[in-house]
Amino acid sequence: MTDTNFLKVPTMAEMVEQGKHPEVLFWVGCAGSYDDRYKRVITAFVKILNEVNVNFAVLGPEESCTGDPARRAGNEFLFQMQAMQNIEVLNAYEIKKIVTACPHCFNTIKNEYPALGGNYDVVHHSEFLQGLIDEGKLSVDGGEAFKGKKITFHDSCYLGRANDIYQAPRTVIEALDADLVEMKRCKKNGLCCGAGGAQMFKEPEQGNKDINIERTEEAISTGAEVVAAGCPFCMTMISDGIKNKEKEKDVKVMDLAELVAESKGL
Amino acid sequence: MIQIVQQLAFVAAIGFTGYLVTKRATFIYKNIFLGKDVEIKGDQQKRLGNMFRLAFGQQKMFDRPLVGLMHFAVYAGFLLINIEVLEIVLDGITGQHRIFANVIPSSIYHFIVSFFEIMALAVTVSCFIFLIRRNALKIPRFHMEEMKGWPYRDANIILYAEIILMTMLFSMNASDAVLQQMGNEHYPIVGTFVISQFLAPLFSGLSETALVAVERTAWWVHILGIFAFSVYITYSKHLHIFLAFPNTYFAKMEPKGKMENMESVTNEVKIMLGMPVENTDQGDSDEMPTFGAKDVQDLTWRNVMNAYSCTECGRCTSQCPANITGKKLSPRKVMMDVRDRAEEIGKNRDANGGTFQDDGKMLYGDYISKEELMACTSCNACAEACPINIDPLGIILEMRRYVAMEESGTPQEWNMVFQNIENNQAPWAFAASDRFKWGEELRTQEVKKSDTDNIKA
Repeated sequence: MTDTNFLKVPTMAEMVEQGKHPEVLFWVGCAGSYDDRYKRVITAFVKILNEVNVNFAVLGPEESCTGDPARRAGNEFLFQMQAMQNIEVLNAYEIKKIVTACPHCFNTIKNEYPALGGNYDVVHHSEFLQGLIDEGKLSVDGGEAFKGKKITFHDSCYLGRANDIYQAPRTVIEALDADLVEMKRCKKNGLCCGAGGAQMFKEPEQGNKDINIERTEEAISTGAEVVAAGCPFCMTMISDGIKNKEKEKDVKVMDLAELVAESKGL
Repeated sequence: MIQIVQQLAFVAAIGFTGYLVTKRATFIYKNIFLGKDVEIKGDQQKRLGNMFRLAFGQQKMFDRPLVGLMHFAVYAGFLLINIEVLEIVLDGITGQHRIFANVIPSSIYHFIVSFFEIMALAVTVSCFIFLIRRNALKIPRFHMEEMKGWPYRDANIILYAEIILMTMLFSMNASDAVLQQMGNEHYPIVGTFVISQFLAPLFSGLSETALVAVERTAWWVHILGIFAFSVYITYSKHLHIFLAFPNTYFAKMEPKGKMENMESVTNEVKIMLGMPVENTDQGDSDEMPTFGAKDVQDLTWRNVMNAYSCTECGRCTSQCPANITGKKLSPRKVMMDVRDRAEEIGKNRDANGGTFQDDGKMLYGDYISKEELMACTSCNACAEACPINIDPLGIILEMRRYVAMEESGTPQEWNMVFQNIENNQAPWAFAASDRFKWGEELRTQEVKKSDTDNIKA
């Protein structure tokens, strides 16, 4: 076992070659694959998976956009093309359980793939992390990194209102012994970062303010040192907002996986 | 003689009201079913539960407790005072006065009418506060662009009407009490009631004839007002007092993030991908399927019912991130546009012997602009905010489908996204072959095991 000193990121193809089957497939998503900032989130999550010896795999080069932005932009053809090809791959590998850090991928695979023949048990990484903490597999106590620090959580629309997941990310933050402070608009009243519905990929319409600025101002006003996010698009939008407000030194934007990894010194 | 004339006039008023309401209700029913069929999924018990909680119990209204309480008072007053209206109607038809007082023990009758008066007072006070909120406090969501003109008047008219109706109720009971004291035989001794007793002194100086005139006028204005009201609401946003019930019952129960699959597209995509296609009836479908919604007929009847149920309260718009930041999109306007267009199509249909004649207009473009549709982040804040579970987002996304698939009118940046997804399997222009680069790089990183935790197999 010479490779034990290196991070394991097995692909499904490699797993099959070795006659193995993973417990859970980690769906990385496009942001995790290409966005330099968000790759650090994926890295943190992979480190956690390694740390607690989760039997996981990724699709690697066989993964493809879920089609979410195409569908929200109105292009149902492209969405279904993507969805059917992904489902073909997932079903061929007999995937049962999927974890993803992206709420858009999560919503699409969980709620929209079944109509096209893709039925999986899909969890968001906030739920997955909560599960590991609840089962005692992942202990974050003793980690001093965030003890007593003010952290606010920005609800992603596709995790919160779209799928009614509000508690899991908060449980993870509370497990860090951090001081969770809520924004005025939180949980079911949470304000969008401005990126959903394919807005991420175009300039906003004429208005008097950008949505991410409105949300960032609210986050800053809580006095939190960290704005925690659970979505790659929210992360980009809030980070841009923080830059715009020249607050990079005072306020960090971090994903839940990064918070856990850092508190464990991973 | 006068008695008989009154009775006949009353029956005629009921008949006329019934005719007008039925005509309008049929018109609205037909307009709602301009929409396409939609599969109503989910458990019936849960649907009933939703209706009970949201329409009957007004649960979401209590998110703002004080307003919720006042709204509940007006609603409960409206429902309960209808029992008194039943008595008034029976009196009107039979020519008797306070017919129920002969049937039920006077103490109970006294209690019930006094209770109605308390409700009526709560209605009056609430309506006054609502008028102040709307007109003096200038709450922003009541004064947006789409509220100018008729919608603004509509909201005020209904509040004034409620206040007038309640005032008539009190005047009727107060003058009645004085007439009882005078021993007028037409007015059975039922005593004074809890609120109107304080108004009785206002009438005590009047002659018996004048009092009868006051009582009769108040009685007639009250009941004719209620008849007029019931016709009026079919033209008004106040239709929600009825439609909130079916609307919450039939509302979508699946996760809010889920978009409905388009079966018509599925078959074509399967053919493109060389996959087996089930139940294709290509032979007998001479109609080319159109994608998405350009007009009311392309929406579902649930969408149109949503529009007729909307009270234009603007909670959706006040939560909409696009609207908050000054964009043109207002989910409330979307709902108002759908209703206005449905009315227009319905009138056209009825004027043309039951078949809609193309009027060169569409919901898309003539009512809802592309700019509005494109500004939506699909965040579901509007759907969450609606006290009766109206879903503006469903309509917006269905219209975007039209823009993208029928009009190819999506913004250039989105066309690039489509191209990237097709070519690179990602919305950005990165090479698909680089997709797993992150993993390959990570595999060269040494594992740093945390010292607080041991490996658990």
